[in-house]
Amino acid sequence: MSQTVFAPWENPDEKPLIRFQNVTKRFGEFTAIDDLTLDIYAQEFFALLGPSGCGKTTMMRMLAGFETVTEGRIELAGQDIGHVPPNERAVNMMFQSYALFPHLSVWENIAFGLKRDKKSKGEIEARVEEMLKLVRLEKFARRKPHQISGGQRQRVALARSLAKAPKLLLLDEPLGALDKKLRQETQFELMDIQETTGTTFVIVTHDQEEAMTVASRVAVMDEGLIVQVATPAAIYEYPNSVYVADFIGDVNIIEGQVSPSGDGEYALTWNEGQSPIEAASQTVFSEGQKAHLAIRPEKIRISTEKPEDAVNAMQGKVLDIAYLGNLSTYHVELPGGQIIKAQTANTRRLARRDITWEDPVWISWSATAGVMLEQ
Amino acid sequence: MKRMSWFNVTSLTLGFAFLYLPMVVLVIYSFNSSKLVTVWAGFSTKWYGELFQNEAFLDAAWVTIKVAVVSSTFATVLGTMAAYVLVRGGRFMGRTLFSGMIYAPLVMPEVITGLSLLLLFIGIGLDRGVLTIVLAHTTFSMCYVSVVVSSRLVSFDRSLEEAALDLGSTPWEAFRLVTLPIIAPAVISGWLLAFTLSLDDLVIASFTSGPSATTLPIKIFSAVRLGVSPEINALSTIMILIVTVGVVTASLVSKQSAIRAQKDARAAERAD
Amino acid sequence: MRRTALIAVPYLWLMVLFLAPFLIVLKISLSDAALAIPPYTPTFKDGIGALIRELDFENFVFLTEDDLYWKAYLSSFRIAFISTVLTLLVGYPIAYGMAKAPDEWRATLMMLVILPFWTSFLIRVYAWMGILSNEGLLNQLLLWLGLTSEPLVILNTTTAVYIGIVYTYLPFMILPIYAALDRLDASLDEAAQDLGCTRMQAFWLVTIPLSKNGIVAGSFLVFIPALGEFVIPSLLGGSGTLMIGKVLWEEFFNNRDWPVASAVAVILLLLLIIPIVLFQRNQQKQQEAEQ
Repeated sequence: MSQTVFAPWENPDEKPLIRFQNVTKRFGEFTAIDDLTLDIYAQEFFALLGPSGCGKTTMMRMLAGFETVTEGRIELAGQDIGHVPPNERAVNMMFQSYALFPHLSVWENIAFGLKRDKKSKGEIEARVEEMLKLVRLEKFARRKPHQISGGQRQRVALARSLAKAPKLLLLDEPLGALDKKLRQETQFELMDIQETTGTTFVIVTHDQEEAMTVASRVAVMDEGLIVQVATPAAIYEYPNSVYVADFIGDVNIIEGQVSPSGDGEYALTWNEGQSPIEAASQTVFSEGQKAHLAIRPEKIRISTEKPEDAVNAMQGKVLDIAYLGNLSTYHVELPGGQIIKAQTANTRRLARRDITWEDPVWISWSATAGVMLEQ
Repeated sequence: MKRMSWFNVTSLTLGFAFLYLPMVVLVIYSFNSSKLVTVWAGFSTKWYGELFQNEAFLDAAWVTIKVAVVSSTFATVLGTMAAYVLVRGGRFMGRTLFSGMIYAPLVMPEVITGLSLLLLFIGIGLDRGVLTIVLAHTTFSMCYVSVVVSSRLVSFDRSLEEAALDLGSTPWEAFRLVTLPIIAPAVISGWLLAFTLSLDDLVIASFTSGPSATTLPIKIFSAVRLGVSPEINALSTIMILIVTVGVVTASLVSKQSAIRAQKDARAAERAD
Repeated sequence: MRRTALIAVPYLWLMVLFLAPFLIVLKISLSDAALAIPPYTPTFKDGIGALIRELDFENFVFLTEDDLYWKAYLSSFRIAFISTVLTLLVGYPIAYGMAKAPDEWRATLMMLVILPFWTSFLIRVYAWMGILSNEGLLNQLLLWLGLTSEPLVILNTTTAVYIGIVYTYLPFMILPIYAALDRLDASLDEAAQDLGCTRMQAFWLVTIPLSKNGIVAGSFLVFIPALGEFVIPSLLGGSGTLMIGKVLWEEFFNNRDWPVASAVAVILLLLLIIPIVLFQRNQQKQQEAEQ
């Protein structure tokens, strides 16, 4: 790996900025976070991803100081911050609702935290101007929050939380209130700002696309546990479980029994009467073990004639076609009744649409197209 | 625009006539020159003149205003504290008793509240006068204030307070700089409600006042027991006028701010 | 530390000035009247032992023996109940009309309902004295129209008390009903008519059931204070109008029988507990429904 790639988590000498050590959080009988251990490094853009109720917001609120830890400890730059109240932590948060103070102007909102630090007037003014410039809101400094648009409010919230130059910035669903187009633009803006300021960002989101776009690493959570922590590419291409594969993007899951055919190659028996699927795997499986093969739809080719060179090929019938503009997804029913999704890019405007409903088609993929998962 | 049905127009007209005619009649007869309030004998403002020379009424009015200002101010402070405790206080010993004590005075017949407070003041040997009325009014109007303020606090976005803490405020600073300015309209209407309740109160004041302090409602009550009097009509007219000006102004202000909010919302849409 | 102080101040205030007075009322209701200052015995000066020995239920027994009291309770209940029904009948059409009024009228109508609420209660009751008296405006009108040849006696009767209660408590009935009707989706009514209801049926089958919470809340807001009402019966009612608030007042101020007045208060409080609990439950249900 080259030196320029940012990957402090692969360097054993690197000290993490934040360290969760066996953290458990209970609300009465309910366990929100279950014995969780996690390191986040300085300058990372770290995403906590999961469905609602998975514990991601609780983790963020523990970092901000709004929830106490039931068991275990949380360290920030080597210091236990378990009992530090929120107003004394070098951590700032951007709230899901933005929580802009409605009675204060944009300028005063951004200055709020600086004033609490008893900074001099000149210092405060300089810093607020700097932040306004960063989020391109110089013209709106005197406006009240309800006099600016949703996208601008989002930027004020960001500027306000960055004004104190925190060691760590927490973002709770920062783009949830924006419409899709604005959200995509803002994602890149967030990444730019993160890079410019060099602040460590921890973002909470339920939107997998957002997490994949902005984050250096993503932690996929489920019911108080972290299922997988990895870079977006690794999460997508090498999910460690059916849960992760299914949560991120679209996937076909084929269940079967494996028998090793040597050199990391396996044959997956999945349906009576069909020939076994050949698949490569880095994880070692034993003879007769149950396995799930996860294949992304775009890794499956679809054709009207039997492909000559394909390792895995099978015939089916087109059940449904979803035309998405840039892509088309075909739902192909196999003789056993299983439905496989295959996706092709519509690279030409006037393509031959030679495949239509009820057509017999061939689908095929290579041995390395999918991932074999134990569970 | 929606057209209203004949039935709705009639019920609104009759309903508001019922609500307002008695007061209109009262106001008109305050300008009657005859002492006999039921016979119209020409326009005159002499009852207003007599009213302003009636020392007893003026004294009572002064006592009433003093009591109302002091008690509503105390009630607002205590009621806001109580509302904050109820909405944000979390769990503490005797919380149920506390919320019970906040809500009970709202439905308590005034005769009972008055009687019980009087018996307390006698029991602890406190001389009845302005002080006892203030204590009594503070107690029952703080409950109204706390209901008004807590209904605002319930709908208050808690993340605003958290944001203030997150940006380095102490809890007291967060309350003073963020919570209080935002709930101020509710606190002010709580104060106004407490003020009006105190101005209005006859029953509790009758129990808790002594010979040294007579409030206006007590004075009015003892006068009207003997029958209708044009002087009282004049006094009522002044009081109705003050309330009307106050309420109409308040509603115009809130209408203005609603219009401004709409404009702002439109400006915000264009701001992108 | 700060939190403790924040809780303690209003808490102690209410303990001393709300809860303690009730305990005193309860204690005095068990004492005997005496020609002394304070006019009851025993007092705390007599010592705890004497206190416990001499407290008894004599006053409560007295209340059951003298039919003035239970008649007053009964009559208060009847008057409060009938006035509540009347207020509902007057208030519902007004609230309904407001909810159906054009949007630009709503704020003004709302203000018109709230305005009397800020106006002195005493003055609003007093306004009716001049209208209802024998030579009053109403009788002048009736005579002029030839509807009656003799002035009707209305003032100092129970009828005048009904009018007074309906008039003064009307805003308390209108506001919760209006709030409930205002939340109603207009398309519900249209849907009912679309499914074959006449307008009247739609009103009975959809609008009324859905405004039930407002009706219940408004009714309790009228019934509960009307039960202990003092000003209205003493200004508009006559000697024939028995209401318990007035009895308590007279027992205390005119007869100076503090123990009996206290016993009257204790019973009134016990009677009020049922409607208050029902009211609270209705409010809670409504809050839960809103969430």
